[in-house]
Amino acid sequence: MAGKTLYQKVWEAHEVRQLASGQSQLFIDLHLIHEVTSPQAFGMLRELGLGVAMPHRTFATVDHIVPTDARSEPFADPLAQAMIEELRKNTREHGIELFDVGSGRQGIVHVVGPEQGLTQPGFTIVCGDSHTSTHGAFGAIAFGIGTTQVRDVLATQTVAMPKLKVRRINVNGELRPGVGAKDVILHIIRTLGVKGGQGYAYEYGGSVIERMSMEERMTVCNMSIEGGARIGYVNPDATTFAFLRGRPYAPAEDEWEAAVAHWRGLASDPDAEYDDVVEIDGSQIAPYVTWGINPGQAITVEENVPDPARVSPEEAALVNEALEYMKLAPGRPIKGQKIDVAFVGSCTNGRLGDLREAARVVRAAGGRVPPGVRAIVVPGSEQVARQAEDEGLDRIFREAGFEWRYAGCSMCLAMNPDKLVGDEISISSSNRNFKGRQGSPQGRTLLASPAMVAAAALAGEVVDVREVLGVKA
Amino acid sequence: MMEAIKQVRGRAVAVPGDEIDTDRIIPARYLKAITFDGLGEALFYDERYDEAGNPKDHPLNRPERQGARIMVVGAGFGSGSSREHAPQAIKRAGFAAIVGESFAEIFFGNATQIGLVCVTLDPEDLGVLTEWVEAHPEGEVEVDLEAREVRFGGRVAPLAIREAAREALVSGRWDPLAELLEAMDEVRKLDATRPGPGKRGGYRGRA
Repeated sequence: MAGKTLYQKVWEAHEVRQLASGQSQLFIDLHLIHEVTSPQAFGMLRELGLGVAMPHRTFATVDHIVPTDARSEPFADPLAQAMIEELRKNTREHGIELFDVGSGRQGIVHVVGPEQGLTQPGFTIVCGDSHTSTHGAFGAIAFGIGTTQVRDVLATQTVAMPKLKVRRINVNGELRPGVGAKDVILHIIRTLGVKGGQGYAYEYGGSVIERMSMEERMTVCNMSIEGGARIGYVNPDATTFAFLRGRPYAPAEDEWEAAVAHWRGLASDPDAEYDDVVEIDGSQIAPYVTWGINPGQAITVEENVPDPARVSPEEAALVNEALEYMKLAPGRPIKGQKIDVAFVGSCTNGRLGDLREAARVVRAAGGRVPPGVRAIVVPGSEQVARQAEDEGLDRIFREAGFEWRYAGCSMCLAMNPDKLVGDEISISSSNRNFKGRQGSPQGRTLLASPAMVAAAALAGEVVDVREVLGVKA
Repeated sequence: MMEAIKQVRGRAVAVPGDEIDTDRIIPARYLKAITFDGLGEALFYDERYDEAGNPKDHPLNRPERQGARIMVVGAGFGSGSSREHAPQAIKRAGFAAIVGESFAEIFFGNATQIGLVCVTLDPEDLGVLTEWVEAHPEGEVEVDLEAREVRFGGRVAPLAIREAAREALVSGRWDPLAELLEAMDEVRKLDATRPGPGKRGGYRGRA
């Protein structure tokens, strides 16, 4: 008999029963909530006269709406203030732990879960946010849900879900210098398409993934959703265990060995059967930049923006629409494209490792952010901010002309005051380049790694970070 | 039990384009609210209005399309964010069904769970439907989940929808909460036996 994938093992351990519709009722080990997609769910609970079934399995933080330049309350935006107060009220009323602003633990929900040790192998994890796929880096089955499902989880600690197929994506070979996790996932999305993952959970493996740090694996899993896969995960290994040990909510020392033994058994069996297997050659990946209006519209920094006349007729309409919106001429190099704004942060690339990488590039490049360019660094959490400041990263950024901010989602989706203005063009370490995503209906976004963003910030235009680092072959 | 949704019938409007993401369906600034009320007016806001708030030429703004109940869309509709605000805005703007080539996973689940029907046609049939809708503002489209077909202008096109979703809609079980609540004894057993964050004869780190 064939072995099982981690997805199958976790599913079987959490399936309460089959529902009449054919979906499964799935037990949720960890529920993360934030201020944007939970208030309506609490409202629905109240209307139904229901309570929160297992508040000890729900944790809250505030990330989307918090200002990153000033922290005193009331916030300048009364709607933002109302949302944070609603979250405080709901968590207090239902006995849910809240990592509030100034607690030292606040931050982007997908940064906070792992750094607190809440995110553990074999857990089912949900959150009203599509980038919940991030937590799959730990061998958890983690996925984004809608607000009505947030209500379901609050009321029952379960959710109705259809079972997915599993696609194994092997990234083998060796990454070239200057190429990182963000480039790997942009390459995968470009290769498989933004709809390629529909109906699948992505299991990432191969030597490139195995060598990655937890932070890098989180970046890859984070953007699974941009490839249409609701779930992305990596099998737990020694890297995973080393990351978790000693974190506040991870298993204590006296139960550590048992926990690790349990986690090891969850990894996909060597003879597991997959619904699909894809091979990616890691040595062929170069630094990526998106040129269009979805994350699959990505090219390496050495390539030219596509020409609609030279793509398939099915693609041409989308290419045209994207070029028109982005105000880019077809067929020209992406390198040298001027930028107005540079943003380092978000749940994709706002962790300590990302800030270190960006700071390393700032040091190597030297100089200052040129006049007319706004460059901001937004740590993913208060803890990341503290660690970065302990290492002096904030000083490196500040001295080079970057703004150093408080923790939050910031200019990823611009629900706080950090926004593009008019048709400004931004190079961003975030996850989405959709029309209007960064807060202006005409705003334009180029997605890239934190290293590429830092390099572009100092040059005022898209550059190949490998040249800055002196590693270009 | 909710209302069983077996057929949706009404006038339609075609919103062209593939890969229409949830940020376009409802821009992030309209998420700054603690209820879903009023989202209908913000539907596709930046596509429908310029920065001064003047209406642009968008299908949803055309007088002859007011009151439409069925939206006809392209491929990859609803990609991106998990915000339920997107299907909520569509529903609150008066739509009861969306017919397209394909839907993003989370969007589809969110829509189904609030009783907003999402079905797909093959690209050829969808092209014929889109043209017909554009030419016939007064024409009615019927989405029939029982017969598994979309009917318009004397034509019939077979529709596809995940069977669990179809079953949930036609049986009035599209909101599963009541069913989920039935199994709470078993769920509590899982809670007691499954590891949890900080679990150590209770939950560590909790007051």
